[in-house]
Amino acid sequence: MDKIWIIIKREYLSRVMKKSFLLVTILAPLSIAVIAVVGGYFASSSSGTTNVAIVDEATVLKNYALPDGNIKYTILDGNVADLKLNYIDKGFGVLVQIPKMDSLGQAKLPLKYFSKDKLSISNISKIENDIKNGLEAYKLANSGIDPGSIERLKIRVNMENALSSDAPSGDNGAVKGNTSSKLSSIIATALAYAMGFMMYMVIFIFGGMVMRSVMEEKISRIVEVMISSVKPFQLLLGKVIGVGLVGLTQLLIWMILIPAVMFLVAQIYAPDSASMVSGPQAQQAKELYDQINTESGSQIMNVIKEIKSFNWWVILPAFAMFFFGGYFLYSSLFAAIGASIGDDLAEGQQMMLPIIVPVILAFIMIPSVLQDPNGPVAVFGSLFPLFSPIIMPARLPFDPPVWQVLVSLVFLFASVVAFTWVAARIYRVGIFMYGKKVSFKELGKWIFYKS
Amino acid sequence: MSYLEINNVVKQYGAYFANDHITFDVGAGKLFGLLGPNGAGKTTLIRIITAITRPDSGTVKLGGKLINDDLAGSIGYMPEERGLYKKMKIADHLIYLGQLKGLKKNEVVANIKYWFDKFEIADWRNKNVEELSKGMQQKVQFIATVLHKPGLLILDEPFSGLDPVNANLIKDEIYNLNKQGTTIIFSTHRMEQVEEICEEIVLVNKGKVILNGNVDQVKESFKENKYLFKIAGENIQNPLPDQFDVLEHQDNSMIVKSKNGDNASALLRAFINQGTDIKEYREILPGLNEIFIKQVTTKESL
Repeated sequence: MDKIWIIIKREYLSRVMKKSFLLVTILAPLSIAVIAVVGGYFASSSSGTTNVAIVDEATVLKNYALPDGNIKYTILDGNVADLKLNYIDKGFGVLVQIPKMDSLGQAKLPLKYFSKDKLSISNISKIENDIKNGLEAYKLANSGIDPGSIERLKIRVNMENALSSDAPSGDNGAVKGNTSSKLSSIIATALAYAMGFMMYMVIFIFGGMVMRSVMEEKISRIVEVMISSVKPFQLLLGKVIGVGLVGLTQLLIWMILIPAVMFLVAQIYAPDSASMVSGPQAQQAKELYDQINTESGSQIMNVIKEIKSFNWWVILPAFAMFFFGGYFLYSSLFAAIGASIGDDLAEGQQMMLPIIVPVILAFIMIPSVLQDPNGPVAVFGSLFPLFSPIIMPARLPFDPPVWQVLVSLVFLFASVVAFTWVAARIYRVGIFMYGKKVSFKELGKWIFYKS
Repeated sequence: MSYLEINNVVKQYGAYFANDHITFDVGAGKLFGLLGPNGAGKTTLIRIITAITRPDSGTVKLGGKLINDDLAGSIGYMPEERGLYKKMKIADHLIYLGQLKGLKKNEVVANIKYWFDKFEIADWRNKNVEELSKGMQQKVQFIATVLHKPGLLILDEPFSGLDPVNANLIKDEIYNLNKQGTTIIFSTHRMEQVEEICEEIVLVNKGKVILNGNVDQVKESFKENKYLFKIAGENIQNPLPDQFDVLEHQDNSMIVKSKNGDNASALLRAFINQGTDIKEYREILPGLNEIFIKQVTTKESL
């Protein structure tokens, strides 16, 4: 135990004290900030001035005020045949032709536009949308229907989960529900992606780190000196724990730094939240934004309230368990591969495939799991131990049944024990094997070698 | 008294016997040579002695006790393929390896100071391993092996890659440690080194012991009763009776072989009676190299 502790200390300190660790740990949040600032800047400024000329052959926009924004509309008289020759000289980037309508009841109106440059999809959909609104206003005005009565016919429905606010907790045996409102399901989805993605990164970055470290020890032959002082399993365990702690340190620093940096960026440079997103989502986002704004005053207060309402006392410890389980399971496998391949990286890639495939599969499954967090795919993914470290954390914000979380953890930790055992058996043989091409059949044999 | 006892050790990889019933003892405080061609099973045997691997059958005893992981702490092993963590400072590296051998940090630091002064490398203590020359790395490796004052030191090809100056430096330290009571096993296929350093040897080939004993006795048992004479003048005459064969006859020297055993006195008498002025006389003993090659090839041809 003493020796494992010494190994953990070296594995941890030798990585954390490196300049590159400090650099990555601090630069990553900074670069996220830079990307956010630059991205925000471009999003708000690039579409700044698109001058659009409209030839309104149907005379539908005469009494309609087109919106004023990044796209400036001007209605021109004259015919398209002339204008399309000189719209650029007149200072326009785009010329749109609204053809005559056959009847007021026409359901579809194809528009033509002329533009020397290719229009972005977001600009096209914005122009389409603006003209559509104008056409609808025209149709309404000419249909003899009172606009007021149309307004009166509209109704906005908003569904809230009553359980979260009214019912005393645990009253009716159901898990305390709190993922019902639109905002909270958005936050839950974001959280789910964040946790699933984090696990995915941890497995690849730090599992890969364990593998490289094992390979280096084997290639530099230090392993022979080490093994004359400690047991292979002690070295393996010390390394896996040490590197895991490095990962944990980095994640904790990021968990503090990234929100701090994002907050600072938001303070210094606060782009209009709707303009960050463009295209059709912009509409939805804006609607949601307005809705939140109008319905509860402060958006931030609402978000904080929603974030507070998650079962953090369940989510965080459970996430930690899946973090450790998933990391141990995969990094011990990576170590076994590292021990068996030596310096032939090309061959290593082939051996790594069986480890990489389940991780990627699990990652790909996340969207369909979030679509139906209690559906069959989600349940299978969160019980199968090779997927569960990624799928279960993604499900946690959606309050999965407690029994599933527990069963998943039992499966996971049983597999951790089994896989670590297998990995250690392969490792102890692999680190002394040189110049031998290994196959999976060979690895299978190693498991049953006497020590 | 035997310090290391190896009894019927067998290690099998598939159908291949890396060690096939190996038995020999190493006396306490001895300089012992473990010889054998490449692939003879030396490294496998060393790994069994150092408890890195376990034998399929047979036992290894160190100081009368069966070898185990704790006991392996009193062994210092320098593998043939040297290795250190490249990015570590050498002082930190030695402290790390010393602690893994079970030493307390202050003990390690004191021992490191002793060796750094001895090898005059104290200025390098904060350099990374990768910044050192090959010879310097070897010294660090040697220090790492002896840092915990092991009772048994196993050196696998300790001089390979060393220049003569550094080789001598290490050799002197090996003698020093041996004087202080350390039992030392040399594993090598370089016979001249063994002849120079070791008192006892074991020769293994294809996993089997084919020769074991005191170096002088081994040579004695393989001698062919050859003698060399050199005289002061020129034209050496053959005064010898029939029981001697002349193998070589040059102007002032002669190599003869006795047909019926050790008969040096009769030989000398013949020369003296002839009135020859003898400049040099010695018995030609076979080198270990010769014995080694002969043993390996004859056993293989059987």
